Amino acid sequence: MREFVIRRLLYAIPTLIGISIITFAIARLSPGDPIRLFTFGVQNFTQDDYNRLVHAYGLDKPLPLQYVDWVTKALQGNFGDSFIYHREAFTMLTERLGATLELAIAALILQILIGVTLGVLAALRRGSWVDNVIRVLGVAGHAVPAFWLGQILIIVFAINLRWLPSQGLLGVGKSQTDVLDYARHLLLPAFVLALTGIAIYSRILRTETLDVLSQDFIRTAHAKGLRERTVVYGHALRNALIPVVTALGGILATLVGGALVIEQVFSWPGVGQFTFQAAIAKDYPIVQAGVMFTSTLLVLSYLLRDLTYAFVDPRIKVK
Amino acid sequence: MATAVRAGMQPADSTVFARKQRSLWRDALWRLFRNRAAVMGMVVIALAAFVAITAQVVAPYDPVQQNTPKQLMEPIWTRFFGSRFTDSAYLLGSDELGRDILTRLMYGSRVSLVVGIVPVAMVFIIGATIGMLSGYVGGWVDNVLMRFTDVVYAFPDLLFVIIIVATLRNTDLGLVMDGLLLIFVALAIVSWVGLARLIRGQVLSLKHREFIEAARAMGASPVRIMLKHLFPNILAPVIVSIAFAVPGAMLTEATLSFLGIGVRPPTPTWGAMINEGFVVFSTTPWPVLLPAFCISIVLLACTFVGDGLRDALDPRMKI
Repeated sequence: MREFVIRRLLYAIPTLIGISIITFAIARLSPGDPIRLFTFGVQNFTQDDYNRLVHAYGLDKPLPLQYVDWVTKALQGNFGDSFIYHREAFTMLTERLGATLELAIAALILQILIGVTLGVLAALRRGSWVDNVIRVLGVAGHAVPAFWLGQILIIVFAINLRWLPSQGLLGVGKSQTDVLDYARHLLLPAFVLALTGIAIYSRILRTETLDVLSQDFIRTAHAKGLRERTVVYGHALRNALIPVVTALGGILATLVGGALVIEQVFSWPGVGQFTFQAAIAKDYPIVQAGVMFTSTLLVLSYLLRDLTYAFVDPRIKVK
Repeated sequence: MATAVRAGMQPADSTVFARKQRSLWRDALWRLFRNRAAVMGMVVIALAAFVAITAQVVAPYDPVQQNTPKQLMEPIWTRFFGSRFTDSAYLLGSDELGRDILTRLMYGSRVSLVVGIVPVAMVFIIGATIGMLSGYVGGWVDNVLMRFTDVVYAFPDLLFVIIIVATLRNTDLGLVMDGLLLIFVALAIVSWVGLARLIRGQVLSLKHREFIEAARAMGASPVRIMLKHLFPNILAPVIVSIAFAVPGAMLTEATLSFLGIGVRPPTPTWGAMINEGFVVFSTTPWPVLLPAFCISIVLLACTFVGDGLRDALDPRMKI
């Protein structure tokens, strides 16, 4: 087990190096001179000033050297100043991290709670109308783009019914400790973000529970006279939950990627929206910090998934 | 499948009572066409394809022609519910610039379908090449290719697509075909990873089987073994994976258009129509609802076909 953990950790290193090279390349290959972008609108800007800035930022060095410079700084959490805000990019990103994590975690909890419940329910009531409705929902969850569902929900619940706020983290004049206000703001975006996951989980759990229920050890449990509830919750569900862990890696990827769209729709001040707007504005320090950060997060979550997977299901041989 | 196993081999002097020879592919096709949801999905896709191909002929108007006096007409059926803003010249109404929604929906289907085909074909070529080489050749080739795959796998798909498109939009590449080519490339770069991993796994599980050994013993070249012997046998999961990649690509394109970095206006796409429609949503919801309906129906159809293919090709496969 320890060897497995160490090897997985080591595998993550070349991945991270590769990611950093691509991230670096994104900014260097894209059109637009960073110095011109950085000094956009500055009065009396001469060619001489320009040359000095190029030198000061090391942009006259060969590319591999620039990369090494960039990585060394990035490792210390310094991605350079934003072209627009003139503040350190990574610091600005970490200020928005909390909002994204709260959204992603809320969505994850909703997904697992709703998705698993629906999936198990569908399997236990196989062939009934409950099963059919849940299966239709499972497919429909893939067919409804998050961006328009989000907008529609905003219009229905926030603008027409006025039950929930339409956007942002907090209401005007509300303090951060107002949990109820915060939850009201979180509900819609978290639900929309969770939708794909709910669909995926309900489908997985349905097939998996049906599969487990037909196995010999379940018949044995029935045969030795255990109550239905003990069989279902004690024996079947435990085994059916394994794929919940397996799917987690992919789910996290959709959460991180999907959060961007949701944050944009709900004006949620998170990492995704911030990175997206920086990409549009060609504010590369922020884009680089955002990409490096989210991919590192993803690499770590895949790592975590593999480890939990080996932990939850000892039958899987550690390769 | 075709080479390894052949169903219903008959002796040369078969009597009239012998079962007619039927290949596994035929069986799968038969199962697919017995699946009502899948057939429905195929009909919808065929219809959309027909509209997309013939849009120039069947569409009643020019998709970009504005007619401001006739703006924001509602679909004609709303007449029966008391809407006064209908015009029988605009069957599905008009948008905020007086452009015919039916025409724009028809032209919009072109973008969606092309995005469902071209990037997915690119994904197939890249994924199959890398997966095959990695699995069959093994050794350092496998190691290098898989580490590279890990890197791409670690980028959150949507974020990566968005950043590629946002940064390269105004380059020469981003201007080809109103930006469609860049979207193809971005989608292909990001999405081949899953397929490559799938194919590699399949190849690994097959390459030491007897029929491959036999082919090698008879002197078949590696290329011939990969294309003629391995490939047909891994085709089933590959087809399923590709079938699910199609709606994924369509959804991403719609999301890009919704975020305002998709195909350049005034070329109509469903995502962009939804985006523009929200501006006037409080006046009339139809400019949003109609394209949203189209997207969801096509996505649903693709999912049904994907499900049907999976059930038909490999009933034991999960998810």
